[in-house]
Amino acid sequence: MGSYLTAFLVGGAICLVAQLLFDLTPLTPAHVLVIFVVAGGVLGGLGLYDPLIKFAGAGATLPISSFGNALVKGAMAEAARSGPIGILTGTFELTSSGITASIIFGFFFALLFNPKG
Amino acid sequence: MATKKGKQTIVFAVKPVIIGYSTVAGPKEGQGPVGPYFDKIYPDLAMGQKSFEKAERQMMLNAIDTALEKASLSRSNIDYFVAGDLLNQIISSGFSALELGAPFLGIYGACSSFCEGLIFAGVLVDSGAAQAVITATSSHNNTAERQYRYPIEYGAQLPPWSQHTVTGAAATAVAVRGLGPRLELATVGKVMDLGIKDPLNMGAAMAPAAADTIFTHMEDTGRNPGDYDLIVTGDLGKIGREIVVELAQRQGFDLSGNYRDCGELIYSKEQLENAGGSGCACSALVTLGMLFNQNYKRILVVATGALHSPTSYQQGENIPAIAHAISIEF
Amino acid sequence: MKDLLKDPAAYQALANEKKPKPRLAKNLTMAFLVGGGICTLGQLIQNIYIKFFNFPPERAGDPTTTTVIFISGLLTALGVFDKIARHAGAGTAVPVTGFANSIVSAALEFKREGFVLGVGSKMFILAGSVIVFGVVTAFVVGLISALL
Repeated sequence: MGSYLTAFLVGGAICLVAQLLFDLTPLTPAHVLVIFVVAGGVLGGLGLYDPLIKFAGAGATLPISSFGNALVKGAMAEAARSGPIGILTGTFELTSSGITASIIFGFFFALLFNPKG
Repeated sequence: MATKKGKQTIVFAVKPVIIGYSTVAGPKEGQGPVGPYFDKIYPDLAMGQKSFEKAERQMMLNAIDTALEKASLSRSNIDYFVAGDLLNQIISSGFSALELGAPFLGIYGACSSFCEGLIFAGVLVDSGAAQAVITATSSHNNTAERQYRYPIEYGAQLPPWSQHTVTGAAATAVAVRGLGPRLELATVGKVMDLGIKDPLNMGAAMAPAAADTIFTHMEDTGRNPGDYDLIVTGDLGKIGREIVVELAQRQGFDLSGNYRDCGELIYSKEQLENAGGSGCACSALVTLGMLFNQNYKRILVVATGALHSPTSYQQGENIPAIAHAISIEF
Repeated sequence: MKDLLKDPAAYQALANEKKPKPRLAKNLTMAFLVGGGICTLGQLIQNIYIKFFNFPPERAGDPTTTTVIFISGLLTALGVFDKIARHAGAGTAVPVTGFANSIVSAALEFKREGFVLGVGSKMFILAGSVIVFGVVTAFVVGLISALL
């Protein structure tokens, strides 16, 4: 079980860094989010993201960087289990619930609601 | 018959008369300073239609029918219909033309369409090819957002230099004779590109075009800003307007007194989130709604448009812009 | 005096001078507070799943993420998310709330073009690059680690 304070501080800090990039660079939000996903993946590959999760809990798992980490961990874990083909079969293993849920909810909310503006 | 003066200016021989006009708008515009002047204010952005594109078309047709009524004309005596809007393939205009059954000349000037339409209408009428031409333009916040930027419910954070697309439509009936404001001169703009790449900073992208057209107009006609009660640009917003004032000063024109921007006039200070309003309807609603009801003797309306597309922007191109000026006498 | 209309560099300098500064202090504060707040809420949800639904701690991330995605999707569908996001900026964009919002907002938006050509084809119009680059990173990192 994680602590609320570290979740708040680390989650807030990650968002703060992103906001600096939004406001001080010509990068679009899409570009910044891609940078964070890739960064999360690289840190995950170096074994540096899991300690952050241990320390900050949801402060590290909710930001989009965690998505990158999860994709990398899935690929690496499956590769360790079944060889190089595991990089292809395992990538979505840990992120499956997030992507599936997004599609399902997107579809059903579109059925029931309209954009308002 | 019209003649050309200087590099880019058309002088009408028999000044075409705007014998009828109409403005309709969405709820936000209705609550703004121009609200009292609109013929119709819609209570919401869907306007009882199945899509926002259909709602925009509904506004355009409503404006046209009201303008026809005020001009004592009917759909069957429109000689030509000149219209443009922001949507791909100008579907608001094309589908409205289908409904009207009138001979149609579609135009694209982005947010400069209001003046561009009047220029064509004026020349058609002055040439003797038409007795009465209808012009129309429209824009809708939700149709523009989904085409140029993001889905409406997307949580984007817009910077303080961005603008809000106006929801509204306007139509004019331009005729060879009658009572009403008269088109006196028109300066056709050239496309200008001074290297602005940010589609959220329209003011900076379009200011050079507005400035260039205004300077050319003054040089072609030998006039000064003081010859007009008011000079307005279409939708430069606060930042674009300040840039134009500075550019004019460097060119030897003083625009500090009688120059305003429709993008700043369409919304009140409380409504103004960022730099002001934009969209084809912006210049039209403010000009026909507010400015035509102010006892001016002569005004210069300079509608400004950005000629980029989401594709050109994604491919790294700059934002070219254009501005057309029309001198209107009362 | 220089004619700025013939000098793009000089014109851009003028344009930048006239550009107001982004509301940095407000944006950074809101991003930190809302981002931190969302993660704290996520932590609470996760603890609830561990304590009351008997999820082992390593597996509690799935229902937590799913719940956060549902809430974000609902707020998007109700037209509320964008009003919060306008002020929160990165605070709502960076957590998975932003991911969910981009998908649900696109699904809602393109419903007008039908479910196959609209909702189906365009649902990932904003979130697609995050998925693509995440997967490519996983492939490259996975490959490198397999070869080492």
